[in-house]
Amino acid sequence: MYGGLALSFLNIFKSDAARRTALFAGHVVPDPSRCVQCGICTYNCPIGIDVRAYAWRGEAIKHNECLTCGECVARCPRGVLRFERTDLFTAGAG
Amino acid sequence: MRYIIVGTGVAGIAAIEAIRSVDKKGEMIMLGDDPHGFYSRPGLAYYLTGELHDKALFPKTREDYARLGFKYHKARVTRINRAEKTVLLDGRELLSYDKLLIATGAFATPLKVPGSALQGVLKLDHLDDARQILKLARRGKTAVVVGGGITALELTEGLLARGMNVHYLLRGDRYWGNVLDEHESRIVEKRLQEEGVTLHFHSELIEVIGRAGKVGGVRLLNGRTLKCDILAYAIGIKPRVELAREADLALDRGILVNEFLQTNDPDIYAAGDVAQVYDPLSGRSVLDSLWSPAREQGRAAGLNMAGQRISYIKGAPFNVTRLAGLTTTIIGAVGHGHDEDILGIARGDSETWRELPDASVAQGGFDMNHVRILVGEKTLIGAVVMGDQTLSTPLQKIISDKMDISCIHDKLLARNARVADVIVEYWSKYVASA
Repeated sequence: MYGGLALSFLNIFKSDAARRTALFAGHVVPDPSRCVQCGICTYNCPIGIDVRAYAWRGEAIKHNECLTCGECVARCPRGVLRFERTDLFTAGAG
Repeated sequence: MRYIIVGTGVAGIAAIEAIRSVDKKGEMIMLGDDPHGFYSRPGLAYYLTGELHDKALFPKTREDYARLGFKYHKARVTRINRAEKTVLLDGRELLSYDKLLIATGAFATPLKVPGSALQGVLKLDHLDDARQILKLARRGKTAVVVGGGITALELTEGLLARGMNVHYLLRGDRYWGNVLDEHESRIVEKRLQEEGVTLHFHSELIEVIGRAGKVGGVRLLNGRTLKCDILAYAIGIKPRVELAREADLALDRGILVNEFLQTNDPDIYAAGDVAQVYDPLSGRSVLDSLWSPAREQGRAAGLNMAGQRISYIKGAPFNVTRLAGLTTTIIGAVGHGHDEDILGIARGDSETWRELPDASVAQGGFDMNHVRILVGEKTLIGAVVMGDQTLSTPLQKIISDKMDISCIHDKLLARNARVADVIVEYWSKYVASA
């Protein structure tokens, strides 16, 4: 881990990320209007997907190796990313 | 066709992408004197907290730039000659342009109290500022932060994360009182205090006290002094308009542009924090110093420079940030001055959050959630969503599209209304019928 996180309110996301793993099958989808390209998503992706580049393009993270582990969803400081169940991906998503 | 883009921020990059999308052959040259080029300025806050490495702040790779096919000169533009359609670089080299974009951004309003030049007086405007903060931040030492908005809070959180004792000075009686309501301010303040921040209300800095050329303390208007090793400030930003002023372009607080991002010189455009953009809906020219509008403006400017005719239409005000660890979305008019349209305010806190449909699951898992919705006769006028962001996307669309909410108006304003449930039910019906 780079640097030292002394703030307890920044650590609350971890358990949530784990919970998401079990709950959802689908894609992580960005809302580009919320994104400032900070790169926390890419920095934390356990398999090195450049999630930020998808967010710039406004595309769902349809990457073969994405585990939908939710690490990027949970860590994004601006709530850019969310899970969409593929079969229900209809109006109102954007 | 030669396009010149002055500035390396998001508006400039968005313009280059847009130009290339319609003009595959035109020559594009980006000019800027920032040694770091394009990086995420808002991401500096998370670099300070240690959530990411500074190398992670750069969104684009060499390959991305190569694909766009533009040249980059690290150079300062010192003059624009409109009659000859040239720019002067570093006072020496002349470059001609067909279309020029000024996207020079804004800079932090300087602190002007005595002692502002002492070592240890810090701002957060640039990657070098963030590096300087990290160099000087020491565990166990004391920092004072001044400023009323988001950047000041980011400084507070960053210094706190680095183990400093932080004193946060607020001019008024609560945090960000022109946007948040009292309850929301108190939520943020309580969380900061729980992390060890000392808040000083009704406190105004009048002097930074030096000790051998370094910050030793601060003096306040109320006569109090505080010892400290760092004074960090974020008291506003100013558009970087010098080039435009010297070129005699029309200015107000920023460079005045029409809805096509065009200045009073038809071959010169401006976008991003430096531009004051005409909004055809309100009839006013507005500054909008946020990342997303800067990107949208850059895109529209680029398309127009390349011969399209695209209006930039400002959406409902929209801002996303993180306040004391809570992701926060602010939509529409939520501050003062719009009271005449508001019939009532619907509020919901954690206890009203029940099972929400899981078709779309936004960020959650916060230890507290809060929503405030300003309800008008037929439409929702604004909203603040803190914590769980499930309601953000629906509220954003309901507010910006001025959707008719007459049918849920009474439910929202009922005593002890389950506000989140009412919005979700309304949204589910809309999605099902769309």
